[in-house]
Amino acid sequence: MARQEIMTINMGPHHPSTHGVLRLILELDGEVVVNVIPDIGYLHRGVEKLSENRKYLQALPLTDRMDYLGPGSTNLAYILAVEKLLGIDVPPRARYIRTIIAELTRINSHLLGLGSCAGDCGAVSMLLYTLREREGVLDLFEETTGQRMMLSYTRPGGVANDILPGFEERVGAFLDKFPGKIDEYERLLTKNRIWIKRQKGVGVVSREQAIALGLSGPVARGSGVDWDIRRDEPYEAYDEVEFKVPVKTDGDAYSRYLVRIEEMRQSVHIIRQLINKIPDGPYINRAAKYMYPEKERVKDSMEAMIHHFKLVVEGLAPPEGEAYSTIEGPKGEIGFYLVSDGSPHPYRFRIRPPTFVNLQSIMTMAKGNMLADVVAIIGSIDIVLGEIDR
Amino acid sequence: MSTIGKNKPTRVYRSKKPQEGNILLTSASAVINHAQRSSIMPLTFGLACCAIEMIATAGPRFDLSRFGWEAYRASPRQSDLMIVAGTVTNKMAPVVKKLYDQMAEPKWVLAMGSCATCGGVFQTYSVVPGVANLIPVDVYVPGCPPRPEALIHGIMTLQMKIDQKVNFSASLTTVEPGFRGPTRKEPL
Amino acid sequence: MSIDWNRQNFSGEDPEQHPAVVALRAKHGAGLIGVGISRGEVWAVVSPENAIEILTFLRDDPGLSFDYLSDVTAVHWPDRDGAEFDVVYQLYSIGKKVRFRVKVPLSQDQETGTVTGIWPTAEWLEREVFDMFGIRFSGHPDQRRILNPEGFDGHPLRKEFPLKGRVSW
Repeated sequence: MARQEIMTINMGPHHPSTHGVLRLILELDGEVVVNVIPDIGYLHRGVEKLSENRKYLQALPLTDRMDYLGPGSTNLAYILAVEKLLGIDVPPRARYIRTIIAELTRINSHLLGLGSCAGDCGAVSMLLYTLREREGVLDLFEETTGQRMMLSYTRPGGVANDILPGFEERVGAFLDKFPGKIDEYERLLTKNRIWIKRQKGVGVVSREQAIALGLSGPVARGSGVDWDIRRDEPYEAYDEVEFKVPVKTDGDAYSRYLVRIEEMRQSVHIIRQLINKIPDGPYINRAAKYMYPEKERVKDSMEAMIHHFKLVVEGLAPPEGEAYSTIEGPKGEIGFYLVSDGSPHPYRFRIRPPTFVNLQSIMTMAKGNMLADVVAIIGSIDIVLGEIDR
Repeated sequence: MSTIGKNKPTRVYRSKKPQEGNILLTSASAVINHAQRSSIMPLTFGLACCAIEMIATAGPRFDLSRFGWEAYRASPRQSDLMIVAGTVTNKMAPVVKKLYDQMAEPKWVLAMGSCATCGGVFQTYSVVPGVANLIPVDVYVPGCPPRPEALIHGIMTLQMKIDQKVNFSASLTTVEPGFRGPTRKEPL
Repeated sequence: MSIDWNRQNFSGEDPEQHPAVVALRAKHGAGLIGVGISRGEVWAVVSPENAIEILTFLRDDPGLSFDYLSDVTAVHWPDRDGAEFDVVYQLYSIGKKVRFRVKVPLSQDQETGTVTGIWPTAEWLEREVFDMFGIRFSGHPDQRRILNPEGFDGHPLRKEFPLKGRVSW
């Protein structure tokens, strides 16, 4: 007489397809997943506690290292929260530059997310193609900010330094070739029978489940939730551009893939609208006295030097209060909740990580799918463990 | 570090008499070391942000395939280099040790990035201050994250170290676990 | 630091204009201990006994419909007598595009009800609050540590926990 038992197997934390150190405990009935229990915390670095002992500017590089696939966006979310606490404005040139960097970061993050998802499902050449495109964007980052990945480019009131002359032409050259590459990826994957078999119908989440589970970003838009913070609560220069927000209703991995491809095209469209009309003017708001004065004045004037000294040694101290600001990051809603008690250190530094909340839904998504589909599901949620574990 | 490639200890003697054909004379170490340094199979062990730069190093621009190192293996039993790329936390530490123990000799460890070298920026309650607290490390590559060129420099340094390895040493009667063999101070 | 946490006003605007505050004052005036505003963002301070009822009302009321829970977190104020912890809920209404915050003050070892029945998002978020602060949520389906290893001793985000931890390498 046959007897059926549930088999419990362990996947990770060291696994080629888990996109980092994620451990999944899978309960299988043969090949079909009955339950999946994620075990996270293998990259918990204590960033929130560490930032409470740092000044506001010293906590900025830590925000890069959380979502390490799209670091420019977490920077922007943090600086927007600090600017809300300080109550200062940002000059228009800086707003445009920050928006362009945020959209380039979105392209970067989607490229690697798609590449690794496809690589896990077997299409390894897709990973190498997207890495090639990423190098183009990383070149642009390196010439502007000095760093390939961990940008730390934004400052309260603007950006750290101005863009180089000719930046617009180089971005334009990149934008001229990039849509052709997205077409190449679509030719490889979108109507590919193998890709459709692996992604269609896999990891389905309905619209009501998506809102109840707190999904955001392309995962929610693939399930029919028409919500994009760039359009609904605009920040930076997003109220001056027009763009479409792709929404699909099937709720499976294939719709999330289509949403990401379309978002990359829309990012190209947004950057094209901005790049030709970057306004002149200052790139940082120095008048508010929260950022350093210009280097030439520091060397000449005594009060500028004292001001610079105090800002470096003591740090900027926002008035008492709290602020919660969110942006539409490449993976969803990135939120920062900062509580200030008047001292130069944040009293409470809370990061609302989109992938932490999105990964919770794997327990709903993976039930009833096969074991090999779990890999496709993780790739389609597009997780990054640095942000989940902080 | 301008000594890369200069001390490659290979002397190959070729016979001059034409009727003796293509007889080459060299040491066993030269051949074995050359074979090992040119075909390492790294373990896919990217933990955090440095993993992305490691993937970029294996990508089209900074091609790792020109060193022969592109065959990443997911199983520790099949790999001989562990590139610890990223922060090692207290929860992950037993896993690192278990994977290292499963690798077969000869094996090497390259600590990539500041977090693997010394804990990096994250001097907190949950981070191991450097992977050298757990396993013996051969090459450290500092940076946060190190550029792909810096990782390639670390790789070439490891290749230099492998070149100096002594095989079939007559003084080895017992082998302790973890002992990779003596290395020469001067090249052959 | 003495803060009258029932009536914090860091902005100068009037928190009573927010539609959620208006609705709460009308229907649940008893459970609402106070309101506050900072940088244009309004919050309501609610007692732990009425927290579940008020949060369910905020989700179900058709005029407000806060159907999306952004975040559950906590703040530790060790100098505040009687209510050391603040559990903070960030709410958002996708249809009406309005944000709101609810704070529940708790003393040491006091519990509050779980909101996983209202928004399933909160399952992992509350586990993290328990892991970092030690606040328990009664009725939670799976109350255990999520980020720190299982045998970890202490709750790191409390102010008295040292940054480098109590066990050294």
